[in-house]
Amino acid sequence: MASSQSQFSLPTSSKVESEFAGNLPQRYTIDRAFKLATWVATAIAIAVLGWLLFDVLSQGLGRLNWQFLTSFPSRRPENAGIIGALAGTFWVMIIVPIVAFPVGVGAGLYLEEFSDDHWFSRLIEINISNLAGVPSIIYGLLGLAAFVRIMEPITGGRSVLAGALTLALLVLPIIIVATREALRAVPEGIRLAGLAMGGSRWQVVRDHVLPAAISGVLTGVILALSRAIGETAPLITIGALTFVPFTPGCTEEFPYFNPLDLVRCPMNVAQSPFTVMPIQIFNWISRPQQAFHENGAAAIIVLLVMLVLMNSIAIALRSRFQGQRS
Amino acid sequence: MPTEFSSPPDQSSLWKPNRSSSRRVESIVRVVCLVFAAISILTTLGIVLTLIFETIDFFADPFFRQSLWINRLPDLLPGASEAQIQAVGDQIQALDPTQLSESSQAIGLEPPSQTAGFFYAITRFFTDTRWTPLFANDTDFGIFVLISATLMTTTIAMAVAVPLGLLIAIFLSEYAAPKLRQVLKPVLELLAGVPSVVFGYFALLTVTPFLQQLIPSLQGFNALSAGMVLGVSILPLVASLSEDAINAVPQDLRQGAFAMGATKRETIQAVVIPAALSGIVASIILAMSRAIGETMIVSLAAGQNPQPIDGDLGFINPLIPVMTMTAFIVQVSLGDAPFGSLAYKTIFAVGMTLFLITLALNIVSYWFVRRFREKYD
Repeated sequence: MASSQSQFSLPTSSKVESEFAGNLPQRYTIDRAFKLATWVATAIAIAVLGWLLFDVLSQGLGRLNWQFLTSFPSRRPENAGIIGALAGTFWVMIIVPIVAFPVGVGAGLYLEEFSDDHWFSRLIEINISNLAGVPSIIYGLLGLAAFVRIMEPITGGRSVLAGALTLALLVLPIIIVATREALRAVPEGIRLAGLAMGGSRWQVVRDHVLPAAISGVLTGVILALSRAIGETAPLITIGALTFVPFTPGCTEEFPYFNPLDLVRCPMNVAQSPFTVMPIQIFNWISRPQQAFHENGAAAIIVLLVMLVLMNSIAIALRSRFQGQRS
Repeated sequence: MPTEFSSPPDQSSLWKPNRSSSRRVESIVRVVCLVFAAISILTTLGIVLTLIFETIDFFADPFFRQSLWINRLPDLLPGASEAQIQAVGDQIQALDPTQLSESSQAIGLEPPSQTAGFFYAITRFFTDTRWTPLFANDTDFGIFVLISATLMTTTIAMAVAVPLGLLIAIFLSEYAAPKLRQVLKPVLELLAGVPSVVFGYFALLTVTPFLQQLIPSLQGFNALSAGMVLGVSILPLVASLSEDAINAVPQDLRQGAFAMGATKRETIQAVVIPAALSGIVASIILAMSRAIGETMIVSLAAGQNPQPIDGDLGFINPLIPVMTMTAFIVQVSLGDAPFGSLAYKTIFAVGMTLFLITLALNIVSYWFVRRFREKYD
């Protein structure tokens, strides 16, 4: 007891006063410095984003014109354009959702609505969170071995279809997670009411739960697509070309790509070699000439505008979705 | 009217839903959804099997067997002079590596077994100090050359992203007014949505020239600016995940600390951060795994020059070009390596290494959250 008493015995009162009161201004000073540091850190992040955007705009705006948007790549930077890359990105953006939307939504539906919580659904859950952490270039290696090599008779090798399938696998976890969140936000009362009226589980999901969740699901799909549109590494790995003086499909003249080609000549589209916007940008940046760097910056502006458009749609959908809920 | 009640309605006029058909549809939908959910498992299986098979193929490549054979010549030909060994070595070097056993007659020596070649390949992979798999002669496969470059860019990235990301998370959750927060969150999301090739442009053509004014010895391709921009690219991940963790700390804890006379900073440092630590560490590990797997920034801005691990210490110099694991995969992919060639198999061996490292980090992060999570109800 004696020792514990000595531990808790107070120091002399004068010392307490000097330490506590004397330090208060100093403690507030450190507080202000810390607050300033958090301000500065946030400002740095915004400044870097601003610097990046300013640099891209100041380099690229001069090159951005109709000729640039509608020309094929060229050895001469002033003649080069992005129509081949735009067409490739366009087709990939059409095929990816055709594959990933039903698969992702179906998987989300299974996990939320149909599965009884047994080991298989838990395995899928762990697996999905794991897949989200796999580097995108590894998906490229999978695409190279599976879609380019083993499925060559169907995909035609290093083709639009092989690239789109690779990207579809890459964004699948995003769509599944978004679908599950949207389904979980649907009030349980809707399901119970539907079941009480004698509907089967699928009837309730089809007629009541999915319509209530659809804008959330679509938001997830658009966000997944905006991830896919900027991906470069997996497509380089599966061997998308870097110099493409043609567009996939069978529309030979302007505007070079036509959604109807998917019906008119699906194989022509799917099995065509291709390039996409990020690869075109990569190709131009990695050349030594300044003029090509300006082309790269201009192409980056086009890519960023596409991304901002897609995200605006997603935000609009999300706010509509939240409006419905409340 | 009593007549209406007296006769019960005719059975055939009652509504009879087709239960058996809806049950059939139900089970079909269920199976289709199950198959779709299983595709995610198939993806994982596909990744793992692809990497395993191609990596085994890489280690079993006859090139290594041939190389081991030449290496063993002094033991196989005891008493032979240097020149003789050199001559036989050249002879073996000239053989078609896929026909080693068949052509051993001509040499008069037994080649090493395939198993020996396999283990020799693994040894070379982990102990070589140079990375020259695309050279015709003097081919070396020291994976640590690429790993050290990846670790260097990742370390620089973490040095940028961890302090900045944590401070931003603290700012957003503790200091920023709700209005400001509503503006800043989308800006961070914008930063997170910038494609990596755009960051690559920024690192190579904006940051490197800028840093060259400060550090004249900085080369056009270098790990420093690649690592710094890589840090910026993972910054939103650290910031938003850490912010979630900090927001999950109950308000009561902060009130308690304030009541004890602690200032706001003292509360944050002594109470909030420790309470959110598991989430913060998990976000840092996840960001690290993202930085290791990042491709475009490092292959554009960090260069394509594997630096040998030797006394010159080039492999830890951030001012000169290096080559990360992902940059090597990009280099080979751009060069159109034919299927089954040694270069083709090499990218899978490198991919396997990359996959294992990121997988280990993801598992550690997952485990860390479960093990150290503070639960508040």
